[in-house]
Amino acid sequence: MADQIALEVTRFHPGQDTKPRSQTYEVPLRKDWVVLDALNYVKDKVDGSLTFRWSCRMGVCGSCGMMVNGEPKLTCATFLTDYAPGPVRVEPLKNFPVLRDLIVDISDFLVKLTKSKPWLIRNKEKPLTDGEYLQTPEQLDTYKQFSMCINCLLCYAACPVYGLDPLFSGPAAIALAQRYNADSRDEGASERLDILSHSDGIWGCTFVGDCTEVCPKHVDPAGAIQQYKLTAAKEWVKSMLMPWGGR
Amino acid sequence: MGKRSNEPFLWLLFSAGGVVAALAIPIQLFLFGLAFPLGWLKAPGYDSLLALASHPLARLYLFVLCMLSLFHWAHRFRYTLYDGLQIKHLNELINTFCYGGAIVGSIVAGYLLWRFP
Amino acid sequence: MAAPTEYVPRTYRAGMSTYWWLGRRPYLKFILRESSSVAVAWFVILTLLQVRALKQGADRYAVFQAWLANPIVIIVNVIALFFVVFHAVTWFNLAPKAMAVRLGGKRVPNILIAGPNFVAWIVVSAVLAWFILR
Repeated sequence: MADQIALEVTRFHPGQDTKPRSQTYEVPLRKDWVVLDALNYVKDKVDGSLTFRWSCRMGVCGSCGMMVNGEPKLTCATFLTDYAPGPVRVEPLKNFPVLRDLIVDISDFLVKLTKSKPWLIRNKEKPLTDGEYLQTPEQLDTYKQFSMCINCLLCYAACPVYGLDPLFSGPAAIALAQRYNADSRDEGASERLDILSHSDGIWGCTFVGDCTEVCPKHVDPAGAIQQYKLTAAKEWVKSMLMPWGGR
Repeated sequence: MGKRSNEPFLWLLFSAGGVVAALAIPIQLFLFGLAFPLGWLKAPGYDSLLALASHPLARLYLFVLCMLSLFHWAHRFRYTLYDGLQIKHLNELINTFCYGGAIVGSIVAGYLLWRFP
Repeated sequence: MAAPTEYVPRTYRAGMSTYWWLGRRPYLKFILRESSSVAVAWFVILTLLQVRALKQGADRYAVFQAWLANPIVIIVNVIALFFVVFHAVTWFNLAPKAMAVRLGGKRVPNILIAGPNFVAWIVVSAVLAWFILR
């Protein structure tokens, strides 16, 4: 095994560069090194100006998502040896504006996430003295998969619909809305439906399905969106059959 | 409710069309488009086919199959044009072409299948 | 005269290429799947032409049958058949994703939903073939 591997990193310096350029670094190819280790090696030993986001190094915080050889990856869980003999191309996440080097601006997602109200909504909170809201393991199981989302945004980088139409709510925001809809303690489904049944919401999705493929937490946002469409369609039929009913 | 009004309806038509198209079209296209013209299977004669197609249930079946398939096409093709060619700004024209095409096609199907000699 | 100042952006946003759907395998599969709708529309046109020829009498129907045997039409139908089969397979495989069926508190595995779809496909095809070939 070669002891070095070439890392082709995208650089962009705002205010100086008009567009990103690529810079190649030779880094040690170690069996236990992930792409993030290589980036940290460059930052510590070769070029301190290289800028990227990371935190936990263990696939929980969701901040080190980047494009590795064209594919959205958590760089803390992507081993260099899988790309030997190289080179390994590291780029910022697709479909977001690049702030600097490998850092993208995710404010658009944060706005969308808030819009889908990812918290428990109750019509009326019960008094504290009544104790906690109980939930059976089965009830937990209905939404658990969607609750694994770490907001790493690999799904947004994989989604061509979001790339083409930045108004689209996008995979994670809809999956997280579905996570609360499916929660037995929640009563906010109709509030969320009003927001997400817009054409920029669930209907923009054409079920490319790549969001589900790239999700490191197996959340299956594509499935969540299709299930949401089915729910919205059922609600629509109900409102047609019983226009006086209201929701 | 503004924009949300007809998307569920169009999606339901798209889905229903997707189901009937998936179930029924491959075998029919295989028989009439390949197996009979190429002589792999003996084609039914004119009279027996006419008798089959004249049956009210067969005509109803063909009408539903054509109509739903056309709305399935309309919905999918609309998004293929949006995404594949990046021409969402032409959406009114695309919508008219796709759903208008499906409506016209359904009327033609209804006209052809309504009465048989 | 001073040289014009070059515009330097604060952020960089890459656009999507017109040919983005060639860029990744899942995208290519997606665009092929969506294109199958054209084959579906072609089948409807073919069926309506067939019905029309049938109504116009035996002579016109024979002319239409001869047209169907034209090599170009055959090639178009081979391509269309590929696409409608591709549509059927992808449709049945994706159906379980849209339907999260739960039985006894557990999500029914995808295969148990996709499986019956394929069985239904075979049954419907057999019934239709029986009616046509009878």
